[in-house]
This record gives sequence, structure tokens and C-alpha cells, in this order.
Amino acid sequence: MEDSKISEIEPLIKSKKYAARKFDKKWILLILSALLIATFAISFTLGRYAIPLSQLFEILFSKLFGFQATWDATIDTVLFKVRLPRLLAAISIGAALSLSGATYQGLFKNPMVSADILGASAGAGFGAAIGMLLSFDPMGIQLMSFAFGLGAVAITTIVSTIVGRGNDSTLLLVLTGMVVTSLFSSAIALIKYIADPDLKLREITFWLMGGLSAIRMSDLKIVLIPMVLGAVPLLLLRWRLNVLSFGDEEAQALGIDTSRLRLITIICSTLLTASTVSIGGIIGWVGLVIPHLARMLVGPNYSILLPTSLLVGGLYLLIVDNVARCMFAMEIPLGILTSVIGAPFFIYLLMHGKRGWV
Amino acid sequence: MKLEINNAVCGYGSRRIIEDLSFVVESGEILCLLGPNGVGKTTLFKTILGFLKLQSGEILIDGNNIEKWPRNRLAKIIGYVPQAHTPPFPFNVLDVVIMGRTAHLGPFASPSKRDILIAEEALETLNVSFLKDRIYTEISGGERQMVLIARALTQKPDILVMDEPTANLDFGNQIKVLEQINRLSKSGLAVFMTTHFPNQAFLCSTKIIILQKNNEFKMGKVEEVITEETLKATYGIDVRITSVKNQNGENINACIPLLN
Repeated sequence: MEDSKISEIEPLIKSKKYAARKFDKKWILLILSALLIATFAISFTLGRYAIPLSQLFEILFSKLFGFQATWDATIDTVLFKVRLPRLLAAISIGAALSLSGATYQGLFKNPMVSADILGASAGAGFGAAIGMLLSFDPMGIQLMSFAFGLGAVAITTIVSTIVGRGNDSTLLLVLTGMVVTSLFSSAIALIKYIADPDLKLREITFWLMGGLSAIRMSDLKIVLIPMVLGAVPLLLLRWRLNVLSFGDEEAQALGIDTSRLRLITIICSTLLTASTVSIGGIIGWVGLVIPHLARMLVGPNYSILLPTSLLVGGLYLLIVDNVARCMFAMEIPLGILTSVIGAPFFIYLLMHGKRGWV
Repeated sequence: MKLEINNAVCGYGSRRIIEDLSFVVESGEILCLLGPNGVGKTTLFKTILGFLKLQSGEILIDGNNIEKWPRNRLAKIIGYVPQAHTPPFPFNVLDVVIMGRTAHLGPFASPSKRDILIAEEALETLNVSFLKDRIYTEISGGERQMVLIARALTQKPDILVMDEPTANLDFGNQIKVLEQINRLSKSGLAVFMTTHFPNQAFLCSTKIIILQKNNEFKMGKVEEVITEETLKATYGIDVRITSVKNQNGENINACIPLLN
């Protein structure tokens, strides 16, 4: 009797320890959230038109309680028409790319995979380039970009299904994704080649480099819908992504309908990636590097990895965008900056991280 | 619990690899599948686990045809122990074992405290609780195999399907895994496993199927099926079968290959 009691209690204690460790990791989410909010507040004050933090709080306070505006109308425009949408866009794009990158790394069982592996970015870039070539308005360009991003991934999925004759192989999906990406990149090059070099070519090239300087609140509001539609299912299904990273057969044997789960994750990730490209252009490296950084912080369990990636991604792009707009007299395209920072940072992670894949 | 295969035809696409195979495994039995490389052991396995479509025939669990069963229903009855491999991410051992609960959890659910307890219990059963907080990618092959068995036990299955559970293990670990398989079967599980070593079949199986080339199979009790003639016909090598006594005075057969 005594013995059986002990054997009942012991695992309970052990599992409490386990739960405690999980709880520690939850603190990281709290800290990251606090960091994100603090950085967000500070970012408001940064820029060519510097606004001290104290004045920012004063303004926010007055706004909140409906006091009379005592400040310059220019400040109002700078803060709420220019900076607010831009900061929010940086956070949501960084979060979306990291979320989709982390998901794909599990889905394809490959830590070298990024958010654009199935052609979403190249497709979205092509759509935007066509929109600019045909002189669409900003909303039209955004829509074209989003639609072509989804289209490119649809092509990848359908072609790989046909090639695989029903056997759904993730390797085939990645290879087809490479082909589709390359095809759309060539198509972008072709459009650049025929575009008017003084007007269109400049616009297309600049857009493809990625940047958030032209973002308006109205654009952001629209693109938040597909972003939320993509993010919520992934966050809900996040524990199952662990099982998926052990490969199709094992996941099936453990009770997962892999074809369906894979389709859902691909649709969600594509919604996220295509949304980011449609408002911010092609911003590379975020979806590759951030999941690694998050994995270093909290380990590979998707239950905690996915929310961590989301927060770290938002924080990262917010900071990088601050650098892009404040560091030099001329704004640096965000996509260039993320690559310049991302590439050496990735090498650093490779040198210091705990690597499970070698 | 009874797993029944009737007149199974297995293969890829239009290629038939196994034709008209029938057998039964019940609770408490260990069925070993023996046969040379390329004869269709893996194909048979994948078909039973539902990775490949059965081309003809039927698979029944307690008399119910499993053809239309959803994955999570099958996973609650059949636990699969694959050959140990390294996943791309350094998961914690306990996290790996808890994945066995997948079929019991709703699609949006994360494991609860109860699931954690079941996983810890499975590690305890196999005497490998000390691995709990280690990193799955950093433990040895033998330990990884134990973790995968623990994961399958966490599914709370009635049937264990094991693909060469002793592959790539050192001699000691091979025997430790066999001991565990014997214990699990005595506790009421039905075990279906493949192996490359007739001696392992002598040590733990109650039944055996030998798949030979040209779609011939022999099945029955181990001592009756594994003979010098059958092994010659199956693998094309000469062997002698001898017998030794174990600590309880029971006869244990062993086969010794003769080199030319």
C-alpha cells in the first residue's frame, strides 16, 4: 500500500517539475511582449521629426481622455498617419513571416526552409510588377500581388500532386516550389526588361527591394484580415506541428491525417507570406532566421516556439525598420537591410546554436 | 484483440509484391516476420499501418474491416515503432513520448497533465525514466529505440507493430529491447515485428512468417518453421540449428551460420 502510494505521487511530482519548466518558458513570452510594447513606444519617438517620449505620453494621454489638442497638427500627422501604420506594419510583417517560416521548417522537416519556399514571394512580386507595369493604383497593385502569391503556391501544390500521382511527398513539393519560384523570378526579370526604364523600372525595382515607407492605415486594415486568417489556425494547431516534423508516416501512425493538416498549414502560411509581400515587398531572411533564434530561446516544441517566433519576428522587424528609416539621411530599403543583418546573424546562429540536424 | 489479415495483396501502384497472404496475431502473441531484403516485408508493414492501400483482401481488427477507419481511430489500437532516426529538431525526450497522445487529443488541444503522466509511466515501464529531460537527438541509438517504444505505448495501443526494433543496436541493447518486447506481450499486447535474425525469433516469438522470393511464405510455430532447410531455401546459406538450455532448464534453439 505504502509503496503504491509513493509510486503514484512520484510521477506527479516529476510532472510538476516538467510543468514548472514549461512555466519558465511562458515567462519568456511575457518578457518578449513587454519588450515589444516598450520598443513600439520608443519607435514612435524616433525619426526625422523627433518627438520626445514625454510628449508622446502626453499626447496619448490626451487622446485617450478626449482632451483638447495642445500640440502642432504636424505632430498628429506624423504620429498617427505616418508612424503608427508603419510601426504596426513592421510588427505584423515580421510576425507573419516568422510564423510562416517556423511552420514550414517543421512541415518540411528542414531547418533551412523559409516562408517563400513554395513560391509565394516570387509569385506576389510578379503580381505587383504586372500591376505597376499596367499602372494600377496602389490598392490594385496590392491585390494583384496577393492574388499571384496565392496562385503561385496553388500551382506548386497542384503540379506536385500531379507529378507525385497521389503519393504526397514533401520533397516533391519543395522541388516544385523551387521550379515555380525560379519561373516567377524570370517573369519578373522579363517585366523589368520591357518596363520603361525611367519610370516603371525604377518603381518595380524599388518595390521589390521591400520597404514600408508608403504604407497607409487603410492598406494595413485590409491586409490584416488574411494575416489573422492565416495566423489563428496555425496557432491553434501548433502542438500538432511537432508531430508533423517527424515525417508523414510517423505522423500518420500517431493518428494525424497528414494530407489535410499539410494542406491547412500551407494555405495559412501562404496567406501570411502573400499578405506581407503585398504591403511590404520582398523582405528576405526574416522567415529563416527568426525561427532559429526563437528555437534557441525556448527549444523546438511548437507549443511555445510558434508564439515566441511571432513575438521575436515582430520585435526584430520593428527594430530593423527603425534602422532603415533613421540611420542614414536616405532611407535604406528594408529588404536589403534584413539580408545584410540576417546573413551574418544566421552564420552566428550556426556557430553557437544547438543544432539538431547535423 | 485480434489482428487478422485475409488474402492480402500488397504493392505499389500496379506492382504486386505480396500476393494472397493471410495470418492472425492476437493479444499476448509475438509474430516475427523474417525474410531476405527486397521480399516485401516493408511493403506488408506499410499496408497494415495504412501508409499503402491494400490492393485486394481485407484487414480486420476484432472482425471489423479497418479500410475506412480514420487515422486517429487506428492509432488508438495500433502503435507503430519505426526504426530510430534523427528528427531535424532537438526535441526533449518527454516531448517526443507525449506525441503518442496525438490520437487521443482534439485537433486544437495540447497535452494535459494526465497525458504527461501517461508518457512518464511509459518511460517508467521501460526503465528509462532517466532519459526524460534529455535531448532526443543527443541520446544513443538504443536509448532512442526505447523512447520510440515508449511513445508507442503512450498511444495505449492493443497491437504493437515494430520495424526491425533491434536494427543498429549493439548486442546488449538488442537483447534489452527483446526482453521488453517479451514483457509487453506478456502484459497483453499483440506484437508484430520484423527482424533479420532467426535467433531473435527463437528468443521471443510465438509465431513466425518467413517471406521467401517468388511469393512463397511459410508460417507457424517458430521451432517448426525455422529449419536448416527453410533457411537454406530463404537465404541461400548453410546453417546448423542447435539447442541450449536456459536458466530454467528450457530448451532454446539457436542457429549458427556455416561459412564456406
